[in-house]
Amino acid sequence: METVLPVANATAAALARVSAMFNAPLARAVVFGVHIDGHLVVEGLLIAAILFQLSRKSYKPPKKPLTEREIDELCDEWQPEPLCPPIKEGARIEAPTLESAAGPHTTVDGKEVVNFASSNYLGLIGNEKIIDSCVGSVEKYGVGSCGPRGFYGTIDVHLDCENKIANFLGTQDSILYSYGISTIFSVIPAFCKKGDIIVADEGVHWAVQNGLQLSRSTVVYFKHNDMVSLANILEKLTHGNKRTEKIRRYIVVEAIYQNSGQIAPLDEIVRLKEKYRFRVILEESHSFGVLGKSGRGLAEHYGVPIEKIDIVTAGMGNALATDGGFCTGSARVVDHQRLSSSGYVFSASLPPYLASAAISAVNHLEENPSVLANLRSNIALLHKELSDITGLEIASNILSPIVFLKLKTPTGSAVADLELLEIIAEKVLKEDSVFIAATKRSSLDKCRLPVGIRLFVSAGHTESDIFKVSESLKRVAASVL
Amino acid sequence: MVRLPYVTALTTLFSYGLLFAFGQLRDFFRRILDAGKSSNLKGYAPICLGLEDFYTRRLYLRIQDCFGRPIASAPDAWFDVVERYSNDSNKTLHCTEKTSKCLNLGSYNYLGFAAADEYCTPQVIESLKKYSASTCSVRVDGGNTKLHVELEELVARFVGKPAAILFGMGYVTNSAIIPALVGKGGLIISDSLNHNSIVNGARGSGATVRVFQHNNPAHLEEVLREQIAGGQPRTHRPWKKIIVIVEGIYSMEGELCKLPEIIAVCKKYKAYTYLDEAHSIGAVGKSGRGVCELLGVDPADVDIMMGTFTKSFGSCGGYIAASKEIIDHLKHICPAHIYATSMSPPAVQQVISAIKVILGEDGSNRGAKKLAQIRENSNFFRSELQKMGFEVLGDNDSPVMPIMLYNPAKIPAFSRECLRRNVAVVTVAFPATPLLLARARICISASHSREDLIKGLEVISKVGDLVGIKYFPAEHEKATSVEKKLKKLHSIALFTNTIIQLLLLAAGVKEES
Repeated sequence: METVLPVANATAAALARVSAMFNAPLARAVVFGVHIDGHLVVEGLLIAAILFQLSRKSYKPPKKPLTEREIDELCDEWQPEPLCPPIKEGARIEAPTLESAAGPHTTVDGKEVVNFASSNYLGLIGNEKIIDSCVGSVEKYGVGSCGPRGFYGTIDVHLDCENKIANFLGTQDSILYSYGISTIFSVIPAFCKKGDIIVADEGVHWAVQNGLQLSRSTVVYFKHNDMVSLANILEKLTHGNKRTEKIRRYIVVEAIYQNSGQIAPLDEIVRLKEKYRFRVILEESHSFGVLGKSGRGLAEHYGVPIEKIDIVTAGMGNALATDGGFCTGSARVVDHQRLSSSGYVFSASLPPYLASAAISAVNHLEENPSVLANLRSNIALLHKELSDITGLEIASNILSPIVFLKLKTPTGSAVADLELLEIIAEKVLKEDSVFIAATKRSSLDKCRLPVGIRLFVSAGHTESDIFKVSESLKRVAASVL
Repeated sequence: MVRLPYVTALTTLFSYGLLFAFGQLRDFFRRILDAGKSSNLKGYAPICLGLEDFYTRRLYLRIQDCFGRPIASAPDAWFDVVERYSNDSNKTLHCTEKTSKCLNLGSYNYLGFAAADEYCTPQVIESLKKYSASTCSVRVDGGNTKLHVELEELVARFVGKPAAILFGMGYVTNSAIIPALVGKGGLIISDSLNHNSIVNGARGSGATVRVFQHNNPAHLEEVLREQIAGGQPRTHRPWKKIIVIVEGIYSMEGELCKLPEIIAVCKKYKAYTYLDEAHSIGAVGKSGRGVCELLGVDPADVDIMMGTFTKSFGSCGGYIAASKEIIDHLKHICPAHIYATSMSPPAVQQVISAIKVILGEDGSNRGAKKLAQIRENSNFFRSELQKMGFEVLGDNDSPVMPIMLYNPAKIPAFSRECLRRNVAVVTVAFPATPLLLARARICISASHSREDLIKGLEVISKVGDLVGIKYFPAEHEKATSVEKKLKKLHSIALFTNTIIQLLLLAAGVKEES
């Protein structure tokens, strides 16, 4: 108690002195009429310290670009891969050589064979009238057209051919392309740009896949020919999405799938398209001139008015026995392609004799609708004959002119399957003089459907041809599989 | 390179600005007029949104009659152009029955095989009767005929490579081969002015694409060094392979590629070279073997040589020539070979016959004559045009010569005036060329005779004066104008002298009297 009091007194006195000092008139300096209190000095020092730290750069390790010598060393060390990988032993590269026209009977490597490897559905190869019109064209116009469509490559036969096809199908206009597969992979990027939505079947062939990739749109695949899967995907894409009014949306299907022989159910697709407001791009390479009462394609077959299909493309290298392709639809659709489709603008036009061949072929189809009946009876007969073949089963639709035979028990690897099928095809050719083809796949192809043997039935085949091929296949398949 | 005078650049920009402004004005009024009408799209998004097709609607459609002119005969030196008329200011064009015979300066007919030829056509007709117009089958299934095998061997021999492979269309050749050669992890370095098919092929392959300045080997070396040192983007792994793509003759410039320098650079940095000879095969070189022969490059130094049959051989289709391993690999994997209909047999026969004529194997020297003719024609035409004062691009010996127009109004003026005088020319504008550099492109053929060329030159000179595209009047014209000025001064001096004399005489008379 006695020591505390003087300490307390001393502390109080010290505090009083300090506060007096702070309250002393000396501390209350007046600078430019502003009273400077002591705490302002402390705050000023703090602010100065903060500013000093902010003004210093953060530490980054210095970046030195590579010197010329280092770049030289890197360039010397770098070793590229060889331009092409070595070919595996025993890979089949050379195809059999034809020595005459690829009609229902042809000559391969010196002997007469029955030909089921050409998609000559209406039997027009070797037709006299068509060849005469081609000869006339060659004599008048020469072989090539020597220019793109925009620069004097438009010949009057091209315009006639476009009109003929548009009239035949009942559409407003059509546009010719100079090569079958370039049609679809030029049409798709012309209409679909980055940001659009495309719903495509997973079994579409390579040209369609290439078009989808070039278009840079968002692509969603649905299960092969499965309408339930398509409906689900359409629902998911449009559900609650308010911006779908501005985005272009497309469904891409093939009428007859090259990779499986299935036929797309067009009436169901049109119903879905109208419900969800998608446009349809229909690839009709193998169904134009085949399906429908008069050969006008899938729309006629299902009784759907052609105006409901927005864009129809087809290659003419199948039923029409010529080369090139066309695209048809409304006038707006066709006009748009004349300036923005790269395969049309930047490429030479179709040789004129092929365009006159197309015109004659369509004329022939209009005048002789009985060829379709021949074709259908041939397909039905082949289906009947092949229904009990060992080891293979028919995977295609009864109406499809591509009869697709796949293995009943696949080995698990597409390459091994293909080996087996190629052995069958070779044996059939060597022993029975029947020329068939197994589906070959490029490694750039993304399709995962099973490989098989494709038989292209033609209206020019006779019944004995059909019996011959089915017997030969049954025999060889039984021996190999 | 193009020397663009400042005044011309400014006036061209002003013209485009004016066209753009008018286009926007018309769009504005169209929107007001259509606001009342209900759209017939019913919930579908329109095919072209907003300004996507502004260029088509407002600029291209006004001069649509200069493009896509139909013809009614073979595209030979003289052909029949169908006359067209329009009832709604060029929005739609209708053909008439009338045709007018015009001089053809626009088709790619370098060696004159476009029309019926005395050697080729009978063979083509024979092959038509034997093999028919199409094989209806892909090459690997049932589309391989004896003609195809023969042509592949012939092309390989002609070009100077061990093996070749055929395709039915030139465009597809590029777009389907490049993805088969290089994929993800590879690098493609292509010239900035390469053709659309190469651009599409490069994009479709998945590899990284870099561009080097047009025909500039120094810049190519810079890009190569930078890319090899940097590696793949983001991961910096080394590149799997590098392919450099160039063209033999660039179709919009008429220039030859600087091939020896580019090959030297590529060899130094171990990059592969891909040469697209669409316009040069058959048209340049002493025996028609293309840019390699003309510039003295050994074909073995170029890894892959590509070409088309449309231009010099009067047919259709394309080919790739390379070493046997590469061709075998392509036959195995290339989708255009496995999935596309094989080339039409008569077209194959046309190429076989054309190559035989060029090589002289048909027993005559027509091939050598044609090659000499086209070289002479191109050099004559180009030098005459330059003498007249036009700005002509392209190197000597190249049969493609663009004449610069620049101003958008001169494009239809030049085209229509030439057609009125029965000369058919091709005019090219955006988007095939840069916006300010519109041009007219002349393609010379071996089937043009000297009189045809002189007539063509007369017409082009007259139209050039009318339209005002002689941007660089030649030296001797300047000299004559100086002479004219001197003559004028002389006559003025004489006149003044006479007046002074008369005045003096009058004064003298006055003085005398």
